[in-house]
Amino acid sequence: MYDNPNLERKVAQQDTKISARNVQVFYGDTHAIKDVNIEIPSRTVTAFIGPSGCGKSTFLRCLNRMNDTIDICRVEGDIDLDGENIYDKRVDPVQLRAKVGMVFQKPNPFPKSIYDNIAYGPRIHGLAKNKADLDEIVEKALRRGAIWNEVKDRLHAPGTGLSGGQQQRLCIARAVATEPEVLLMDEPCSALDPIATSQVEELIDELRDQYSVVIVTHSMQQAARVSQKTAFFHLGNLVEYGDTGQIFTNPQDSRTESYITGRIG
Amino acid sequence: MPPLWLVLIVLALGVVGYVLGRQKAMTSADGDSRHLHSLPVYYGTNVSLFVVLPALLVMVCWLIVQPILINNSVAGQIPASAIPDSGTLGLVMSDVRRVADGLDLAVSQGAMTGAEAGALQAGATDVRQLLADVGVALGSDVTETTLSAAQSFRSKSATGNLVMTVVVLALAVAGFVYSYGRTNKDFRARNVVEKVIRGILILAASIAILTTVGIVLSLVFNTIEFFKLYPAADFFFGTTWSPSFGGGSELGVLPLLWGTLYISVIALAVAVPIGLFAAIYLSEYAGPKARGIAKPLIEVLAGIPTIVYGLFALLTVGPLLVNTFGDGGALGVDWMSGASSVTTAGLVMGIMLIPFVSSLSDDIINAVPQAMRDGSFGLGATKSETVKQVVLPAALPGIVGAILLAASRAIGETMIVVLGAGAAARLSMNPLEAMTTVTAKIVSQLTGDADFASPEALVAFALGMTLFVMTLGLNVLALYIVRKYREQYE
Ligand SMILES: Nc1ncnc2c1ncn2[C@@H]1O[C@H](COP(=O)(O)OP(=O)(O)O)[C@@H](O)[C@H]1O
Ligand SMILES: [Mg+2]
Repeated sequence: MYDNPNLERKVAQQDTKISARNVQVFYGDTHAIKDVNIEIPSRTVTAFIGPSGCGKSTFLRCLNRMNDTIDICRVEGDIDLDGENIYDKRVDPVQLRAKVGMVFQKPNPFPKSIYDNIAYGPRIHGLAKNKADLDEIVEKALRRGAIWNEVKDRLHAPGTGLSGGQQQRLCIARAVATEPEVLLMDEPCSALDPIATSQVEELIDELRDQYSVVIVTHSMQQAARVSQKTAFFHLGNLVEYGDTGQIFTNPQDSRTESYITGRIG
Repeated sequence: MPPLWLVLIVLALGVVGYVLGRQKAMTSADGDSRHLHSLPVYYGTNVSLFVVLPALLVMVCWLIVQPILINNSVAGQIPASAIPDSGTLGLVMSDVRRVADGLDLAVSQGAMTGAEAGALQAGATDVRQLLADVGVALGSDVTETTLSAAQSFRSKSATGNLVMTVVVLALAVAGFVYSYGRTNKDFRARNVVEKVIRGILILAASIAILTTVGIVLSLVFNTIEFFKLYPAADFFFGTTWSPSFGGGSELGVLPLLWGTLYISVIALAVAVPIGLFAAIYLSEYAGPKARGIAKPLIEVLAGIPTIVYGLFALLTVGPLLVNTFGDGGALGVDWMSGASSVTTAGLVMGIMLIPFVSSLSDDIINAVPQAMRDGSFGLGATKSETVKQVVLPAALPGIVGAILLAASRAIGETMIVVLGAGAAARLSMNPLEAMTTVTAKIVSQLTGDADFASPEALVAFALGMTLFVMTLGLNVLALYIVRKYREQYE
């Protein structure tokens, strides 16, 4: 189904969901992100690619202020979500993370039941009026995560007992359950086998109709398959950003071209 | 030859063996260590291990066994008629050893020659006076039986020591000849040394295990002895504890167990919340700086000897409680008469257990993978929500294990109880009353001058056994839980 992925998929003119201006990130004295400017459209899958250590995860974690949990990390510059600066003093990072969900590299279900994993966010944020309401939210999230059919008979079995691919879809469902507007995914398939990977990729493609998805990946095929926009990072710089089809077929920067053709990486 | 000299000689031989062994290996490789199978050190070490180890091992065994054998054979010489009505064979034998030691001392100080000492006659010389002159005071005049037994004791010891010296030196030399003979450039000295070191380590481990087994066996046998004199049912189900050394004691364990459990529960009620919260603060909230200061400070508490805690209970906490709950105290009630009480001991013991609970829980909380916290923060949870709903549930089994370990320490604690809880065995609910525990009663049963064969003294072993079974059970349960928890993230 991915035969001719990039060229056919039309990227409609869309509003900007996230816009970053002059973002710098430091870990102590290490300058990890250098002056990055980017506009991420809504209801699109945007891929961050680049050699490892180039700062993809670091920049991704700026978008929901997860870097706040690292003591030595310092972020400068402005990042707007729907036109509001998320680094403003008045913004509560905890509230922000409910709006900007995150899925991690290694599936990290809590050591609780499948049901409680999904219900975790809605419970914390008081999204359910009563038990029936919560049941409905859980079911909807699991359906959204394309895992409902596999787990509907064992909602009270531990989430850690699922296979790796199921765990990752459970984590996606868990993130979806808090009704975020943006979903950040940091190499969500790197711990999965090819079949689980293609299931997750299919899911990401479906999520596009409701959410803005930003995905970090080290696999260029994956970026080409799932994304409409691609950003190439190198040594902390955002080297090139544009439509996925254009980046892969007609890169403007020589570094992008070398990376895509496998000469740096 | 005194044993110390013998040890030094053997060690010196070992050093010589090291040098020679190394030299021989080097010579056989034409002075080029690359032709050797092993590094030169191994050849030296090999020889010196063979010189030292067998010799010293035999010497240690000999020193343990010889006195037992000589004691038995000399004791066999003493006729039953020579044992006074009020005493036992053991008392006579200790007299014999004293006289023998005294004679040794007299000889070494030059008061007489060895031959004279062997020829002494109780009738002819005043042995008591003679020994008093060299500084050994005896309780009574030395009888002929004692003197001759002492003389035979001395001569047997002398023969034994001589034989031992010869055997040990012979072994050292034999070890040298054997291992030196084997040394050449193709000899796998490294492998041999490896095996010997393994043997030494196994020996150390088995000594530890055998000691444990020995202690348990002695507990078991003495407990059985006690139950022959005192009915087990009365011990386990009796509600009165009133030992009287004249006989007719009531030795029911229930009041003691009640005291032990009551005090432990209070101690845990203090230690678990404080320790756990401290651990949560240290591992989840404190920055590296605060952690670097606070963690060692809390752990200092663990280094304070329990007797100091006991003093704290007796002199500070007890009076403080009396000033609050006692007659004319701050609350205007009269609930507490003396400073010793279950609460006093429980509070102080709880303070003692805080670092124990907190450092164990800290380790367990730190073992919860960071990915769990990230997952929770990523969903918009706050720190305390994350701790309460993700970290603690994940760490719970381990924390339960830590609490059980703390409980078993509380049950075995003695000094704080002796000083803080009082000595009265009581079955009461009032936490401001003095009570006592199993451990405190073991101390008091053995520190009197009771006959060791009486039930009043032997009961200490039954109490010890009871404690041992309780704490062992708790420890096994705790280790089981902790281990099960460890597998969870693998
Ligand atoms: N927690 C951290 N502390 C210090 N340095 C970090 C930390 N996380 C990442 N870095 C540094 O920041 C740079 C970018 O890392 P990262 O964003 O993880 O790269 P990527 O995800 O593209 O592989 C690297 O040089 C890395 O060493
Ligand atoms: Mg990364």
